[in-house]
Amino acid sequence: MDKLPKWADVALIPLINLILALIVSGLVVALIGQDPFEALAIMVNGAVGSTYGWGYTLFYATNFIFTGLAVAIAFHARLFNIGGEGQAQLGSLGVALVCLMVPWPHWLIALPVAILGGGLFGAAWAAIPAYLQATRGSHIVITTIMFNFIASALLVYLLVSALKAPGMAPESARFVEGSHLPTAREVLGAIGIDFARTPMNVSFIVALLACWGLWLLLWRTRLGYEIRAFGHSDKAAVYAGINPVRITMITMLISGALAGLMAINAVMGEQERLLQDNVLGAGFVGIAVALMGRSHPVGVFIAAVLFGALYQGGAELEFETSIPREMIVVIQALVILFTGALDGMVRSPLEKAFLRFRRQPDKPGVPAE
Amino acid sequence: MTAPAIELKGISKSFGPVQANKDIAIRVMPGTIHGIIGENGAGKSTLMSILYGFYKADTGEIFIRGERTEIPDSQAAIRAGIGMVFQHFKLVQNFTVLENIVLGAEDGALLKGSLSKARTLLKQLSEEYELHVDPDAKIEDLGVGMQQRVEILKALYRRADILILDEPTGVLTPAEADHLFRILEGLKREGKTIILITHKLREIMETTDTVSVMRRGEMTATVKTAETTPQELAELMVGREVLLRVDKQAATPGETVLNVENLQVVDGSGVERLRGISLNVKRGEILGICGVAGNGQSELLEVLGGMRPGKGRVTVNGQELDLTGAESDARTRRRRGIAHVPEDRQEEGLIMDFFAWENVAFGYHDDARYQRGAMMNNDAIREDAEAKIAKFDVRPANCWLKAKNFSGGNQQKIVIARELERNPDLLLVGQPTRGVDIGAIEFIHEQIVALRDAGKAVLLVSVELDEILSLSDRIAVIFDGRIMGERLPSETDERELGLLMAGITDTDKDHSVDEIEENLAHATGKAG
Amino acid sequence: MTTMKTLLGAVAASALAAGAAMAEPGLIIDLGGKFDKSFNESAYNGAQRWVEDNDGADYLETELASEAQREQTMRRMADRGANPVVVLGFANGSTLEQVAPDYPETNFVIVDMVVDQPNVQSIVFAEHQGSYLVGMMAAMASETGTVSFVGGMDVPLIRKFACGYAQGAKAANPDVEVIANMTGTTPAAWNDPVKGGELTRSQISQGSDVVFAAAGGTGVGVLQAAADEGELAIGVDSNQNYLHPGNMLTSMVKRVDNAVYDAFTAAAEGELQTGIVVKDLSNDGVGVAMDEFNEDLVTEEMMAAVEEARAAIVSGELEVHDYTSDDSCPALTF
Repeated sequence: MDKLPKWADVALIPLINLILALIVSGLVVALIGQDPFEALAIMVNGAVGSTYGWGYTLFYATNFIFTGLAVAIAFHARLFNIGGEGQAQLGSLGVALVCLMVPWPHWLIALPVAILGGGLFGAAWAAIPAYLQATRGSHIVITTIMFNFIASALLVYLLVSALKAPGMAPESARFVEGSHLPTAREVLGAIGIDFARTPMNVSFIVALLACWGLWLLLWRTRLGYEIRAFGHSDKAAVYAGINPVRITMITMLISGALAGLMAINAVMGEQERLLQDNVLGAGFVGIAVALMGRSHPVGVFIAAVLFGALYQGGAELEFETSIPREMIVVIQALVILFTGALDGMVRSPLEKAFLRFRRQPDKPGVPAE
Repeated sequence: MTAPAIELKGISKSFGPVQANKDIAIRVMPGTIHGIIGENGAGKSTLMSILYGFYKADTGEIFIRGERTEIPDSQAAIRAGIGMVFQHFKLVQNFTVLENIVLGAEDGALLKGSLSKARTLLKQLSEEYELHVDPDAKIEDLGVGMQQRVEILKALYRRADILILDEPTGVLTPAEADHLFRILEGLKREGKTIILITHKLREIMETTDTVSVMRRGEMTATVKTAETTPQELAELMVGREVLLRVDKQAATPGETVLNVENLQVVDGSGVERLRGISLNVKRGEILGICGVAGNGQSELLEVLGGMRPGKGRVTVNGQELDLTGAESDARTRRRRGIAHVPEDRQEEGLIMDFFAWENVAFGYHDDARYQRGAMMNNDAIREDAEAKIAKFDVRPANCWLKAKNFSGGNQQKIVIARELERNPDLLLVGQPTRGVDIGAIEFIHEQIVALRDAGKAVLLVSVELDEILSLSDRIAVIFDGRIMGERLPSETDERELGLLMAGITDTDKDHSVDEIEENLAHATGKAG
Repeated sequence: MTTMKTLLGAVAASALAAGAAMAEPGLIIDLGGKFDKSFNESAYNGAQRWVEDNDGADYLETELASEAQREQTMRRMADRGANPVVVLGFANGSTLEQVAPDYPETNFVIVDMVVDQPNVQSIVFAEHQGSYLVGMMAAMASETGTVSFVGGMDVPLIRKFACGYAQGAKAANPDVEVIANMTGTTPAAWNDPVKGGELTRSQISQGSDVVFAAAGGTGVGVLQAAADEGELAIGVDSNQNYLHPGNMLTSMVKRVDNAVYDAFTAAAEGELQTGIVVKDLSNDGVGVAMDEFNEDLVTEEMMAAVEEARAAIVSGELEVHDYTSDDSCPALTF
């Protein structure tokens, strides 16, 4: 018998984690002499209190959905891909190349090619650690994190040399007008809804499709079945005739591609040029998102929106109060810590509490240990 | 009358909806060997874990030598004089015997004093109880039987006078087991109290003074061993009358299905696991492979099942199998009519976190009938799963339960159902009843025999000699990656098989336990 | 809650901004931190001075979190009705180019970069002139005949510093050797004091005994290393003489504070001029810092030479080559 009912596992635990994080953050805010309740109100208002807030929240959430899904699918194969950051950087390179090389007439043509470009580059970046893990046993945690640094260095190199636009800043030229993705303001404006000017764009829809697609893949296809089986027990996978090398490679390629897709939102959708620091740590936030979302696409979506709100709320807090930047990073880190890393801290007392209230007579066929 | 060494009163323990122990009462008198017997999942291990401080009982009291004692952790248990020898040894592999014995019970920051004190005591203990172990040998160089002795010495070094042994003979040859029981007798004579947890009726009958039977978390009976019979104990365990012997007709072997010639396997770390095995299995025949765990029988199953590469020549129905190339995987083997019930159902045969219905497709998930276009046809799988669950009486009959939520026996039934229902030409089956309760053992044995009777070939690997003897039509003994000999069950006995299992072929002569030990330790290198 | 209103959306907020004649000015502190003892801090000090001088006045301030958040931060500031919005550094150029047209009613001020938009004031400094003067002083103070330069990010702007410095040094002593190093090629180079210190030590080991740092936050490490080694250092942007009295020859001050102060003041009076504003020696936009911390290090002779050169440059008699004018330097190869 599972120790916790499903609703507690997917909803209650994250909620308690979040509340704990807020309490501790509140203490931190109080400690530096600010009113935690006002701070919370500003954050909530800033994140979801206006179309402006929602636009930014969902813009950030789109990034986190992609990186969260990337981590989630790897989790299903028990691969800890912490290279989302680097894969997203390479993805942004792919997207930028697509957008820079061709004078796109319309975004509808540019977007599929950019998805391909971002996905391919992200996947390629994940392929090397995946290959090393699958055939040489080099631990993927180590290799993917190393590849983050290499990706960052590579991007810097390109941005000060081949891709650098005239001028002093290390950034590429602006993308052509035809690759501009319609923003929420433009789309909703066309049907008469007034939406604030935010970078939220059609990539959000792509992210939703990616959630659905990943769910389909994991629970409705043979490949997903094999990925999940491999993740639960690699010995069992071999027993079932599942090739571990193949599954490791495919899973990591999909994972890298998903991380790379983040670039269509951040680079193509917002920055519209290649910057050096375009991932904004979303690769790492993706880990927390996947953990909090229990590696399920729906969970990832919800967690991503929550983290998006946290990011946007944090930015508002920065504007509205004199709470220093560093403190806001601390608060965001606390939420990640509580929801991601300290899951067990809440889980085991909660399990005990549930057991206490759920004593039932022995069921036939249920093992006692 | 002296106070009991251990007395438990009204012990109850629940894990959520599962009541593992229900109002258990037990009295163990000092200087006796007390057996606790029960099916897997009956609550034996939970009870002992409570006594050793791993779990806290929800209700109930523990009395040690008449005094009420709280045991919140294992340190408290050790202080109360309780020692535990686990099924899976808790030894540091690259430490010496002496270092392991002292570990956690050092006198001070410096080891030297404790080590020399331990050396003296160890010498004394080994002489007293026939517990000979080289104090400076590294654990990894010792055989399983030796390691077990180290565990016992560890407990004695901590001044335990109550010793709990959890399934101690699971990894031992019959001769080693006999030796263990002689040690236990010796300890008993010295006034130690011993609790022996086992599911083997024979051991209970041979060694214990009193025996308690557990079923579904309850203590169903405590009787004097001399006053009971195996039949009665089995009934008490299962709650109904059981057949202890497999009822089967003589085999009528047909043409050869599996033919293995000079099969060799080298594992990942370069150790030779199979050193040229040749054997064959015919239609309508069960070939039993017996041997001490770690002598190559697992590798044999794995290489035949397509889980690892090998060298040599293997044919099934006359067609050669690819042992190294692109077609050496388990998927291809299944297409060639080979079904495989793996030794470790939890790590290999099932995905514990998958639903029962998902597990029913495991390994056959690319069958055409489970597909619907690019997607899997989950409805078809569920339909199939429900039919199999009903046919093999898997309980609870709920295909939406995860595999981990079934008992060992029912998990095994799911695996058996999946593999047998494919109507294979050759069935590879490893440890079919390990951790399976008696009721299910009967059923599983019946299924295997039925498959044989349908004219299929069965290769059976088991460490349970009883099982090998009662199921097999022919027995091959494996030792150190070689077949030591083949016997017919009617023409051999446990003693002879036991010696063969230790690599001793001149079975007419007498052999000391130490000789057997040494042979085995040399062959297996280390435990398992 | 008055803040609530501003949260009600960009459209409403822009309308609000347009209607507010006496809007508060806004300052976006760039990457590297508010207290970098250099560029950002100088701007911050200018804003603070403006607050002090205008009793009761207030301004909006925020600190940039990352490269990719420039646009959000800039828009957010404009949406909140800040006018003018002052942004610091050339890295904002491409973003401001996009943002400024969306806020025609808001004025923007960008420091160190030219953005050609009708509502943008671009403030550029004649860093080469100031660097020329400190270069002269460095060459005259040097006993080894070798002076050096540590730049932040390798961009034309910083090369402009280095080139002016080298020209000044060579003017004072034609035989002087000038070593120039850049900390990096990315914005991270503005905030890497450890690497700055390493470069400095390396230059000192090559014989340099006067080090000029034009590296933002990285400079702190440069100055520290020079002081630790007992050599002389020259600060930049703000007057950094106080950091290591006895080891600070001078600072090439770039009056970003004045630029911010002037922009705030002009805007408050409704007189902010868009277009390019050049701050040079003639209007004290750049200069050499003299105070009690370095008076013992600066000789009469140096003072005279600097004063003479200054007058010559202001009068146009002496022209210091500007690296950015043709991306080349007669006195130094990079």
